[in-house]
Amino acid sequence: MTSTYSAFSILREGLRGGRGWRQAWRSPDPKPAYDVILIGAGGHGLATAYYLAKRHGLRNVAVLDKGWLGGGNTGRNTTVIRSNYFYPESVALYDLSVRLYEGLSKELNYNVMFSQRGMLVMAHSEHEMEMAARHTNAMRLNGADAELLEADGVRKRAPLLNFSPQARYPIHGAVWQGRAGTGRHDAVAWGYARAADRLGVDILQNCEVTDLIVEAGRVTGVETTRGRIRAGVVGAAAAGHSSVIAGMAGQRLPLHSYALQAFVSEPLKPVIDTVAFSPAYGTYFSQSDKGGLVIGGGLDRVPSYGQRGNLPMQEAVLSGLIEMAPMLGKVKLLRHWAGIVDVTPDSSPLIGPAGIEGLYINCGWGTGGFKAIPAGGYLFAHLLAEGRHHEISRPFDPDRFAAGRLIDEGAAWGIAH
Amino acid sequence: MQLFPCPFCGDRDEREFHFAAEAGKSRPDTTGAVSDAEWATYLYAQRNDKGPVREVWVHLTCAELFVLERDSVTMAVLRATPLRQDPA
Amino acid sequence: MTGRRIEAGGLIDRAARLNFSFDGRNYTGHPGDTLASALLANGVRILGRSFKYHRPRGPWGAWFDDPNAMMNVRLGRDELPNCPATTTALVNGMSARAVNAWPSAAHDIKGGLDLFHRWLGAGFYYKTFMWPNWHLFEPSIRKMAGLGALEMSGIEGHVTDRVDDVCDLLVVGGGAAGLSAARAAAEAGQGVLLVEDHPELGGGLYRRGTPVDGQPPVAWVAEQRHAIEAAGGRILTGTTAYGVYDHGLVALSEDRGFAKAPRLWRMRVRRAILAAGATDRPLTFANNDLPGIMAVEAGLEFLGRHGVLVGQKIALASNTSFGDLAAERLEAAGATVRRYDPTARPLQGIGRKGLEAVRHGRYRYDADVLLASAGWTPLVHLWRHAGGKLRWSDALSAFLPGDPPEGMAAVGAANGTFDLDHAVEEAGCVATGTPLPQPRTRYHIAPHWPEPGGEGRQWIDFQHDVTLKDVEQAARENYTSVEHLKRYTTLGMASDQGKTSNMAGLAAMAAIQGRPIPEVGTTTFRPPFVPVPMELYHGTNRGQQFHPLKRLALEPQHRAAGAALGEYGGWLRPAWYGENPMTQAIRDEALMARQTVGVLDASPLGKIEVMGPDAEAFVNFIYYNTIRTLKPGRIRYGLMLTEGGVVYDDGVIARVAADHFVISCSSSHVDGVTALLESWRQDGNDPDRIFVHDCTAHWATITVTGPEARRVMRALDLPVQDVPHMSFCDAIFAGRPLRIARVSFTGDTSYEMSVPTGSALALWQAVKEAAEGRGGGPIGVEALSVLRAEKGYIMVGKDTDGETMPHDLGFTGPREKKKAAFVGDRSLHTATANASDRRQLVGLAVEEGAPALPTGAHIVTGGERPASQGYVTSSYDSPILGRPIAMALIAGGHARLGEEVTIWHMDETRSATITAACAFDRQGARLDA
Repeated sequence: MTSTYSAFSILREGLRGGRGWRQAWRSPDPKPAYDVILIGAGGHGLATAYYLAKRHGLRNVAVLDKGWLGGGNTGRNTTVIRSNYFYPESVALYDLSVRLYEGLSKELNYNVMFSQRGMLVMAHSEHEMEMAARHTNAMRLNGADAELLEADGVRKRAPLLNFSPQARYPIHGAVWQGRAGTGRHDAVAWGYARAADRLGVDILQNCEVTDLIVEAGRVTGVETTRGRIRAGVVGAAAAGHSSVIAGMAGQRLPLHSYALQAFVSEPLKPVIDTVAFSPAYGTYFSQSDKGGLVIGGGLDRVPSYGQRGNLPMQEAVLSGLIEMAPMLGKVKLLRHWAGIVDVTPDSSPLIGPAGIEGLYINCGWGTGGFKAIPAGGYLFAHLLAEGRHHEISRPFDPDRFAAGRLIDEGAAWGIAH
Repeated sequence: MQLFPCPFCGDRDEREFHFAAEAGKSRPDTTGAVSDAEWATYLYAQRNDKGPVREVWVHLTCAELFVLERDSVTMAVLRATPLRQDPA
Repeated sequence: MTGRRIEAGGLIDRAARLNFSFDGRNYTGHPGDTLASALLANGVRILGRSFKYHRPRGPWGAWFDDPNAMMNVRLGRDELPNCPATTTALVNGMSARAVNAWPSAAHDIKGGLDLFHRWLGAGFYYKTFMWPNWHLFEPSIRKMAGLGALEMSGIEGHVTDRVDDVCDLLVVGGGAAGLSAARAAAEAGQGVLLVEDHPELGGGLYRRGTPVDGQPPVAWVAEQRHAIEAAGGRILTGTTAYGVYDHGLVALSEDRGFAKAPRLWRMRVRRAILAAGATDRPLTFANNDLPGIMAVEAGLEFLGRHGVLVGQKIALASNTSFGDLAAERLEAAGATVRRYDPTARPLQGIGRKGLEAVRHGRYRYDADVLLASAGWTPLVHLWRHAGGKLRWSDALSAFLPGDPPEGMAAVGAANGTFDLDHAVEEAGCVATGTPLPQPRTRYHIAPHWPEPGGEGRQWIDFQHDVTLKDVEQAARENYTSVEHLKRYTTLGMASDQGKTSNMAGLAAMAAIQGRPIPEVGTTTFRPPFVPVPMELYHGTNRGQQFHPLKRLALEPQHRAAGAALGEYGGWLRPAWYGENPMTQAIRDEALMARQTVGVLDASPLGKIEVMGPDAEAFVNFIYYNTIRTLKPGRIRYGLMLTEGGVVYDDGVIARVAADHFVISCSSSHVDGVTALLESWRQDGNDPDRIFVHDCTAHWATITVTGPEARRVMRALDLPVQDVPHMSFCDAIFAGRPLRIARVSFTGDTSYEMSVPTGSALALWQAVKEAAEGRGGGPIGVEALSVLRAEKGYIMVGKDTDGETMPHDLGFTGPREKKKAAFVGDRSLHTATANASDRRQLVGLAVEEGAPALPTGAHIVTGGERPASQGYVTSSYDSPILGRPIAMALIAGGHARLGEEVTIWHMDETRSATITAACAFDRQGARLDA
């Protein structure tokens, strides 16, 4: 069996028709009990399981999913990875994620194709340039890389954009983060799943949690479509369905669920080598390695658990795209889809106790959970294993709302990205 | 484009509406003592139900608020009631 | 040469000749041809290359079900990437090039890649390119990938035209079933719209060629069309229903010709009948991707629609009863046809750059074309978009429409009713709600699915080069869920979105795992049904109509006065006036306003009326400041907070009468404040005792400010005695009402004069003239920004951020003393609100002779790793002070006046001293000078 991936193993397996490749992960039956049960086998749940096993020596761990692993937002997002945030708490969190991503392919022995092609956040007026300067300075002071580009600098990096002074939003400059980029979203889920599985974690697909078992005011396990499973502690990383899980234990979270749409075009030869985002146009895009333009924008208008999008936001996002780069109007849209994202009042995540003993949450990532997968997993694993926060996740505890200690990144750029 | 029924104007394009809040919340009396937790619950805690929901929406073009009952999964619209006639 | 044009038949116009080129060679075709049919008629077999291995490819399908023949097509100056040759109508002068092939599809230098296929199987890239770094490999992989190159210029007039419409019944598909349904419904009095994606009605009738109701297809179709239209039904051809959305919305894309943007119909339908037909799915056998191997129905389509016989020695391998009809048709057109039963023994394609022979079991037979079908797959995409369920039919070996979505029914081949007469009958019944006859079928299929472990390379996804072995490998590696299979192998993710590959892929997985096909399930059917130009979503939502600006009534006057216009809070406003460079112009205007008088068009300032018996309590609740004590005729400055306690807006409130207020919020917040007022009015108050009305757009406001302001007012014969600071009075100007408010955003004596918009011009001219007579004149928003910053007056959103509370700005009174409830009150007393290190508004003074601080610079702690303590929010050269001024939000700033701090900007530091926010006329002597 070939279990390590390398150019050499590909060479060997190629010669014998690929018959020796080992399963990327097992499909085990549920055990009656685990030390830790994670609900949701998306990036965050799988990464949490991996770090629990790898860093904290907890291997009696199960990750449950109602469908197939990586099938929620992890497999539906626009794959942007970045740490261009304003507040120090956010930069600490997201830059940890970028740093983990930088070593992830080698760590997992799975190519997640983190492509650090950089990201532009456009400024369309002198006032926006001042805000961009404030932002750039904040990032640099907080230890993330950032540059403030004038229009010429933007043109060098993305010549297809509309630089006309007659444009609805003329480009004055941009905040540039060179270490930002894109990754292969499925590979992140698969890579963590494979690595966690190798460390003994059980990934239980098609195992929907139908209820939480609450005994003496404490969550002690889960009822699933594959039977009752006991747990020392339960961690929910269920994104848009986090309110549903918390509701099983009578808890209400500061979350609204919305559909967030994404779009991909037909494949083209390379036309843009970076991620370009314009808050004013309400659109961002990049080009996948396969050649499709991957396009995203803001949330749909209507709170929703329906995993599909609607025309108004499609028209808003794609109009913004074509205003941003007019030649893209003739490019064909191949498909569009939506994921259900969980949005907090301050657009920052929730990591911490869910309000009842034995249940913890990692959610509220809103429109940008993919970029945070390694950090979310790393920090959530720390919390579950140690029973207390890592210093980076402490500010993101749900207790911040009662204290009025919001981390309002949404006010900064206010859009999905 | 969903169609929402404004109780005053009839079925209109969803772009004319704005989601205001979940229905049924009431503001604590802030002239008396309100704990941090009570206040945070009022401000931030959400039912965020999957399935039938009761929400307050505003029809921007006529500025009237109403209670919209709909299904957050199927997007089916169940009922619209002017806010002032809402029993809850 | 294999394909050729036959003498007669088809829908083409043989009398007219169209010239075109492909990969640099010239050919001719006829109106009614697609690029693909014309090339086949010219004997061309290789129309493209596959994505990964650059294998030569001919068309598999004849319409949207072809993943192979992708071309960049140019006509005149316009080039479109990735046009499927099978759906691109031929136009005289077209030049086409196969994508992803160089120098041509026939001779592609990357064809050699195919030799390495055994190392490039499913997901190979997840297993390598990690050392030393992905970045080393990515650029060359990106260049290899992608299909067509994009010409980097737009197409003139490429603008979608958008129509919103409704109909009782939408019929999707203009074949026999669709036409019958539309006719029956229209004749029963329903408002019917029939859409057909081909340029002609008729659907699959041309490939069958058999009579319908005793008439030849063309005549029958014409009769139906006539009947539908006579009954008031509408028909759109060249129109694709590409997505079904909530509440009965169906998006239609109407083709308007090459390089023209399609028209978008947003059709709200009460009911829809899906009559989209079915497609042939490929047979999976060794070398099934060779040029010359195509769908049975494609062979017949080229024949029946375009008059092209695709081959002379045709092998026909089909597991359905439709094969008989197909063989008959082709033989009648002059081909020799030999039939093979794919279920009897394995097939194999033989040939290098195209099919030369077919091996069937142990025998080899020469053939130039192999028409293949593994059965029909109903086109249920829209059914799934709408939320309908699918059910598996063993009898038909296909997924059929199951539990219907609300308001949708399926008929004909889309519903698995494959026999023509049955389809026609079913369509009529469904359209009119008459009971259906007992289901019966003559169509017969001998199930045939991919056989794992089979010999040779058997393609599942032609464009993406996914073979049966890739599916087997994915299964071995436990990527067994159908979505994992798709994503790991890229099966079904080609530009045909799996129309040709999905069924074979999931059947292969089912066979490998020994599970029934329905248990493996299908992937999600995602819109659009076929790729559509993104312009379709754009239309008139472009240029200045994309987020339209609000315009001033006086815009022509500002332009005439040489204004540089800029966007401020959604309004197009004069930034500054005149020919001078920006900096100079702003400086001059600011100085002028301080020395004589400035005239500002302040019309965007909010003017929201609040009236009624409960108005006082209401406004008092809305505002942070106490409004209850405001006397009629007086004005008060106020902050509006969010319930989170953050400053949302600042403005002035004028009390007109005991039960009447006018709220003047900032110009960018008019809509937001109005909405907020309405929401509190109706939710938590008695809405019959409060009335809110935004009349911002009804009034134009002109502000005069400066030491000469009073004289300007006198020159216009306007009352000034009766209006002390922070009060207002009503007057008459040129016979029309005028309201004069004494409020100041500059620190100088200012009068805000509001008149009905219709009187704006007269007032503007009079004021401007009077001001110019006193050495003053118009000033733009930029100069105003300088003037207000000199006074330390905030602009919300610039000098405040998403955390700023009123006490951070020095407005502490109401937080401590106001007894009545107000919006955001409780949030001002959390631990965080009480913290001593909150960012507070202060001023900054630079060192003697130093330039202005950059706005956006941070104030930092000293030491090795400086940390941010806040930032410069506004910074200007003050012409009246002759030195730079700045405002900043600084942690604990109010207690730090006089402290020297380090200013950090892009790694460089300098120092500044914390001061009060107000830098000019701190006593306020000029307010009433």
